[in-house]
Formats: sequence, C-alpha cells, structure tokens
Amino acid sequence: MKQFEGLPREIIALRVSREIEDNSYVNLGIGIPTLISNWLEGRDVILQSEIGMLKTGSIAEGEDIDQDLINASCQPVMEVPGSVYFDICESFAMIRGGHVDVTVMGAFQVNERGDFASWLNPSRGLKGIGNVGGSMDLAFGAKKLFIAMEHTTNDGSPKIVGELTYPATARKKVDKIFTDLAVIEIIPEGLLLKEIYPGLSVQDIQSVTEPKLLVSRDLKEIEL
Amino acid sequence: MNKIAASMEEALAGIEDGAIIAIGGFFAAGVPRLLLKALIDKGAKDLTLACGSGPLLGAQEELNGLVKNGQIKKMIDSYGLFRSATKGAQHPFEQQVRSGKIELEVYPMGTLCEKYRMAGAGIPAFYVPVGAGTLLQESTSTNVEENRKKKETRVIDGQTCLLEYALKPDFALVHAYEGDSEGNLRYRKTARNFNHVMAMAAHVTIAEVENLVAPGELDPDSVHTPGIFVQRVVKVNRITFDITNL
Repeated sequence: MKQFEGLPREIIALRVSREIEDNSYVNLGIGIPTLISNWLEGRDVILQSEIGMLKTGSIAEGEDIDQDLINASCQPVMEVPGSVYFDICESFAMIRGGHVDVTVMGAFQVNERGDFASWLNPSRGLKGIGNVGGSMDLAFGAKKLFIAMEHTTNDGSPKIVGELTYPATARKKVDKIFTDLAVIEIIPEGLLLKEIYPGLSVQDIQSVTEPKLLVSRDLKEIEL
Repeated sequence: MNKIAASMEEALAGIEDGAIIAIGGFFAAGVPRLLLKALIDKGAKDLTLACGSGPLLGAQEELNGLVKNGQIKKMIDSYGLFRSATKGAQHPFEQQVRSGKIELEVYPMGTLCEKYRMAGAGIPAFYVPVGAGTLLQESTSTNVEENRKKKETRVIDGQTCLLEYALKPDFALVHAYEGDSEGNLRYRKTARNFNHVMAMAAHVTIAEVENLVAPGELDPDSVHTPGIFVQRVVKVNRITFDITNL
C-alpha cells in the first residue's frame, strides 16, 4: 500500500514540463515522460525521437496514422512543419554526442549520487539481459537528466534508495527527480528536497525516502 | 549495373545455415517483412539475427514463423524482449531465450548501431563510454553464461570506456520505399532507422523496395543509401498493417 496520495501521473508530467526551458531539444522516455509532450504543445521546444526524428508531433489518430511514422515507443505520431528524419547513427550522435538539452526518463530506483536503474527488472527472471534500448545512451549524453516517477513502488517501498538493488542504467547522471510527492535536486552533498506535495511534511517525505534528505531553505509546495 | 533479383528465391540465394543476417527496422517501422517471410520459406537454420531495436516485435507473424521453424540460434538486439513481461513469458521466443535454446545478446542502441557503422566503414573496434559503471562493463550481456566475455576497458580523458567490436553480418535484409536497379535507396519517414547502416555493414545487402525505378529517376541529391552498399534489389508490394495493435 502507498502511504501517501500525491500528484497523478499527468500532473507530475506537467510539473516536469515547467522545468523545461524554451529553445530546448528534449528527449522523452517511456512512461510518465511520454505524458510530458501533452504539456509542451505551443512551447518552443523540439522533441527528438531516437528512432530518427526531430520535431516529433503529437500522437496521430484515425486517418492521420502512417505506418512509416512512429516514435521510439512505437506510437504513431504526426509530422509538423520543420520535422526532419535521419538514420539511427545520426540520431545517436545527437544523443551520445551531448546535443540533447534535456532528457526525461522513468526509473525503478535512483540513489543520492545520481545513479539510476531503469532497464532490467530482475523480477522478469532473465539474468543479465533486458530491454536496454537507448536508455544508457540517453542517460550518458543528456546535458540535463530528469527522472519522473512515482515516489514509491505500489507496495510502498522507497524508489529513492541508498544503494541500487536493480542493475544501473548510468552512474552520477541524474540532476533532478520529480515524483508524485516531491521535487528533489541531486547536489554534491546529497538529495536536496525543494518542493513537497501540499499537506505533506518533510518528515512524511523522509519516511518514504531511504537516504537522509537535505532540506532547501526555499522549500515550498510543488509549483504548478 | 543491374541488381534486380527476379524472385524472392533469387534475392535470398546463398543464405545458408549458420548465416549472420542483419534485419532492418525499428519495432514496426521499416521492417523487411516480405524478405523475412521468404526467409521462413527458405528454412535456413542456426541463424544469428542481428537486429537494432525489436524489428521482430514489430513483425510478430514473422517472428512466430522463424521460431516455429527453429531457425533462430541467436539474436542480437537492444530491445529484443516483449515490452509486457506477461506477454513475453507466454511467447515461445522468450521461453526459448529463458531456456537458453535461443541466445539473446544485448547492447545499448547507440553502441549497436555504431557496431554496424564501424563494420561498414572498415574500423574493427572502438571505445564507447556508454555502459560504464553498469553490468555491461563487466561482460557481454547475454543469457548464455559461457558466452559472457570480459569487457576490455580504458580510461580516456578521465572517462571509463568499453571496447566494442564492429559487427559485420553476412547478409542484411533491408526495406526501402524507393530504389533503382543499381541499388540506390530512399526510405520513408521513420522507416529509415537501421536500414541504412545495416546496408553499409553487410557483405551482401538485399533490399526490398516498394517502388522500383530506373537509374536517373531518383533525385541524386536525395539518395539515402548509395548503391555501392546494396547488392540485390527486389520489388515488393506495399503491405499495410495496424501499428496501433502491437
């Protein structure tokens, strides 16, 4: 059981969207990050899709669906004025080469050093292999890496942990964590709690977070 | 030059048991489905299918056929397992991966595409920082334990990097929207993905094209894959499928 009710997934996505500056190239991973695109419409932000597309449009429906036009999650998407296509090596040159400004990914676990795990769920029972996809490349190359996820698992266990128990995707890369309960920045000293869900206390957040939290002097309610 | 194969049989000539075959496509986009169907008919066994990002998850009929025929010995991919663990657990492909009958070797997508590009560009190995500090730094990521080779690493500019080798397939099966009889190819939208780099990489590249044209009909400034990388071209009809139902 989850101990606290927080923001719905769509609203975590909205909060992350506020953190993305105009004129950014952005890559959004699977899960909550995918929902962020709904909040970026009309913003001067260009979405990179690792399948080989810049300026990825919204999800296509009905007559607009084109079987040759999908995003990296295999969802049909729209072409918009200024969209471009390219091959996979060029796409990963953008990603690995540090040309993407902001990458947002989901995670099973994050620790206070900015390591995170997202690619291999040991409960699947396939030892040493998983669907890594572009996750390690994206994490490595991101100028800024945000994690958007639920604060705990469905059974209430912390996902922000002292040591990862799931295999790491990358080390020392995460800049900020956005959850249903809090916004936490990773600084050299550890986890800096910056925003909390209205009505919850620092102690509440600490009770579902393994490492000791540092509390920002400007601590406030999650801003939407 | 005329690279047109008159039939699928002619297009796939020379593919023998044990071949390493690159398969273009990214999930459902740009998968050479008709060449795959012909490969099932041909029945070559012990194949290593060198993929990029789950083309056989986007072509499940073809995956089912290959598995049913027992043609796959090994798959190389960045995203080879079903997204849904529940669906995967019930699928014969994943059951055979679980039992070790089929080997699945996994690379980060950007490393994998570069392994193909390096093969095409004549560079035998390269150092890449992606995967440092993860399981991938320790050994090859594969379900077959005895095939896990220790990774060589080197610190470059303070960053641990992994040594990765070029991956040169015997054949590549690619899908293009247009092509001419000399093998020049153009892809459509996100169906380009791995097709170009796999065409570069393989000893023999076989392209299925939806529109076959004469030399001179493609705008020379807009060719994606120059014909030097393509050995055979076969005309196919465009097949339509529901990408929302995967």
